[in-house]
Amino acid sequence: MLFYLVKRVLYTLPVAFGVSIVCFMLVHIAPGDPLTSVLPPDASAQLQQEMRRLYGFDRPYYEQFLRWFGRALQGDLGTSIATGRSVTSELVKAMGNTLILAAFATMIGFVLGGLFGFVAGYFRNSFIDRFASLLSVIGVSVPHYWLGMVLVIIFSAQLGWLPATGAGPGGSSDWAWDWAHLKHVVLPAITMSVIPMGIVARTIRALVADILSQEFVGGLRAKGLLDLGVFKHVVKNAAPTALAVMGLQFGYLLGGSILIETVFSWPGTGFLLGNAIFQRDLPLLQGTILVLAMFFVVLNLIVDLVQSAIDPRIQRS
Amino acid sequence: MMPSRMAAAIAAALLTATPALAQGTLRIGMTASDIPMTTGQPDQGGEGQRFMGLTVYDALVHWDLTKSDKPSTLIPGLAASWSVDATDKNKWIFKIREGVKFHDGSTLTAAAVVWNFDKLLKQDAPQFDQRQASQGRSRIPAVASYRAIDDLTLEITTRAPDATLPYQLAWIGISSPAQWEKVGKNWQEFAKTPSGTGPWKLTALTPRERAELVPNKEYWDKPRIPKLDKMILIPLPEANTRVAALRSGQVDWIEAPAPDAVPSLKAAGMQIITNAYPHNWTWHLSRAEGSVWNDVRVRQAANLAVDREGLKELLGGLMIPAEGFMPPGHQWFGNPKFKLKRDLAQAKKLLAEAGYGPSKPFQTKILISASGSGQMQPLPMNEFIQQNLAEAGMKIDFEVVEWNTLINIWRAGAKHESSRGATGMNYSYFIQDPFTGFMRHLQCNLQPPAGTNWGLYCDPEMDKLFDEVRNTFDAEAQSKVLQRIHEKYVDEALFLMVTHDVNARAMSPKVKGFVQAQNWFQDFGTITMAP
Repeated sequence: MLFYLVKRVLYTLPVAFGVSIVCFMLVHIAPGDPLTSVLPPDASAQLQQEMRRLYGFDRPYYEQFLRWFGRALQGDLGTSIATGRSVTSELVKAMGNTLILAAFATMIGFVLGGLFGFVAGYFRNSFIDRFASLLSVIGVSVPHYWLGMVLVIIFSAQLGWLPATGAGPGGSSDWAWDWAHLKHVVLPAITMSVIPMGIVARTIRALVADILSQEFVGGLRAKGLLDLGVFKHVVKNAAPTALAVMGLQFGYLLGGSILIETVFSWPGTGFLLGNAIFQRDLPLLQGTILVLAMFFVVLNLIVDLVQSAIDPRIQRS
Repeated sequence: MMPSRMAAAIAAALLTATPALAQGTLRIGMTASDIPMTTGQPDQGGEGQRFMGLTVYDALVHWDLTKSDKPSTLIPGLAASWSVDATDKNKWIFKIREGVKFHDGSTLTAAAVVWNFDKLLKQDAPQFDQRQASQGRSRIPAVASYRAIDDLTLEITTRAPDATLPYQLAWIGISSPAQWEKVGKNWQEFAKTPSGTGPWKLTALTPRERAELVPNKEYWDKPRIPKLDKMILIPLPEANTRVAALRSGQVDWIEAPAPDAVPSLKAAGMQIITNAYPHNWTWHLSRAEGSVWNDVRVRQAANLAVDREGLKELLGGLMIPAEGFMPPGHQWFGNPKFKLKRDLAQAKKLLAEAGYGPSKPFQTKILISASGSGQMQPLPMNEFIQQNLAEAGMKIDFEVVEWNTLINIWRAGAKHESSRGATGMNYSYFIQDPFTGFMRHLQCNLQPPAGTNWGLYCDPEMDKLFDEVRNTFDAEAQSKVLQRIHEKYVDEALFLMVTHDVNARAMSPKVKGFVQAQNWFQDFGTITMAP
């Protein structure tokens, strides 16, 4: 197990390097000027050139990359051009906010997705299966930013039950686990949970249906196992794949959603990334993409380890 | 005392006591995606200056924002008065207002103003701030040097005689040197606890989420002490989110509601406040060699082909049809002879005279953006104009580029390869002062890269008029020259003049007392909130 762990951790290093190169190239290939956010619109091309020199954007790309990568290795992701604040502090704050949102969305999505998936798989081809499948298809298909706007129109603008924007009455800096703050999470969390709910439900339904059709289930029943006993075996066999899918979905949620967080003005990583893109804030963009990508890599690693702990065949392979 | 007199006395006492009573909290949803820079020289363009510039800070020269029925003019700010030297027109003397205190309690002096200029212009000064310099340097191109003569006298020397200096200085917020020292000579720390001399003090700041301002009760201009208890600024860049936030009662005021949301907001009882202001939505035409727009008849034909009233209908009434480059009624409008009305027959005639017709159809390419600050609704508006011009026999092809890309093309000039052979560009202009309104677009020596004369226009006669503006130090006489410039702009149809935005903002019926000045900046001091 230790060898497997070390091997997997070592695999992440080239991935991290590759990710950093790709994200550096991506932000530089994209059109636009990194000084957009610091220059007034009527600044001349001459002033723009002068500022480019001051910020070091006139240096060759490889030099800019090496300088940035060297600092990133030491945990310094640089300073945002637009705000002058440290990218790390911006990211830590935004990730905390996205974590709150992702936690609620995960709870809603995985619980409902798991429930719909198991029920549909267990009673496949029945009315319940069709209904649960319909819900999961809707979940996967509906554009979530559209759903977010519809929820805002109904529950905020029309009924006035829930707030439409923000992370609390005083912003996220004084976050508390009380209703005044939690009510700000409800609509974005529901919106965010819809896609993972659909994906988890469809995955689990397929797994359960497949497992139930296998011969060993017939064997279990022939041995006289009751439904609950069979159910336990189904869960155990479905768990590794379901976990992998849930892990990836949780990773997506932790990355935040530019659209949802923009619609709800939720100050998470998606909102931060959206702003960085619009302002061409290269250090913030590079830092955020790198950290989110690394998050994904680490999460995959954790899922792999958990999978191999549950199913030793994976480790052996 | 007679009962009636006693009642009158009580009423008078109550009335005089009213300003001291709580007047509520105003929450504003801005279009910006972050709280503008709080150090004195805000980013985020006009909106940044409106909410975080002229609230916390004062400039030497102010805009008079008290009137809604006529364009704003300049008035004394931190400079109580100013004058140009009678013999050397490069030398200006600014008398600094006495007894003005920064929010941290330190006193404003001429030396503090010099320290602020160094913050923007002197790269080896300890207080030089690259981010503020990026914002502020291009605002004061005339300033060559400056010095404090005594505590209350500042001398500024310009590169050449330039009577537009006061307009330039209205951009520069004066920050407190004492506060900068106190927070460890660090602008990042200063940003958290800024100190200016303005009518509002920043008391809380959560980046990207909110900023809280309270009145500066010791403000030097007593009538401008804000009546509200608090003003909260919330960045809400998404237009639908702003509308939802207003309708759900999370904010009391939103900037720039989308035109299609206006009927529903009105139906929900919200106030929609609009007014003319110095904004221009135009096609900036290339005057480079070989441009189809070099013939005045073609330019006039295009201007006569545009159906501005139809466009107004398309925008739900939220625009002012252009009658010139400046909004109608502006003090620099003058009396142009060429009238911007729709006249297709005349447009076709002019085009034919210019040599265009079935055998030589008119066709050209214009750069447009899909969105952008001040661009209103660029796609449907441009398509509408495209149809209008087609009716006059002018075929227009569009090249749609992203807004920031368009800005860079604009800086590079019409001949630059990035312009992709286009002969025009749809652009929105801040036209509040002589430089931003006229000079930067058409002055010969402001062609890129030195300036933003994208179209490479150069007319010695126009340059002569610009020189005259810079050398006319009497405000009224200067206005007359600016009128002549505007008349030339219109009569020679130097731009495709289409419309002016109306600076729409939507607010709850609880918001009282707001006077929307004909300006990019506004005074929030007069506002109260009904219970």
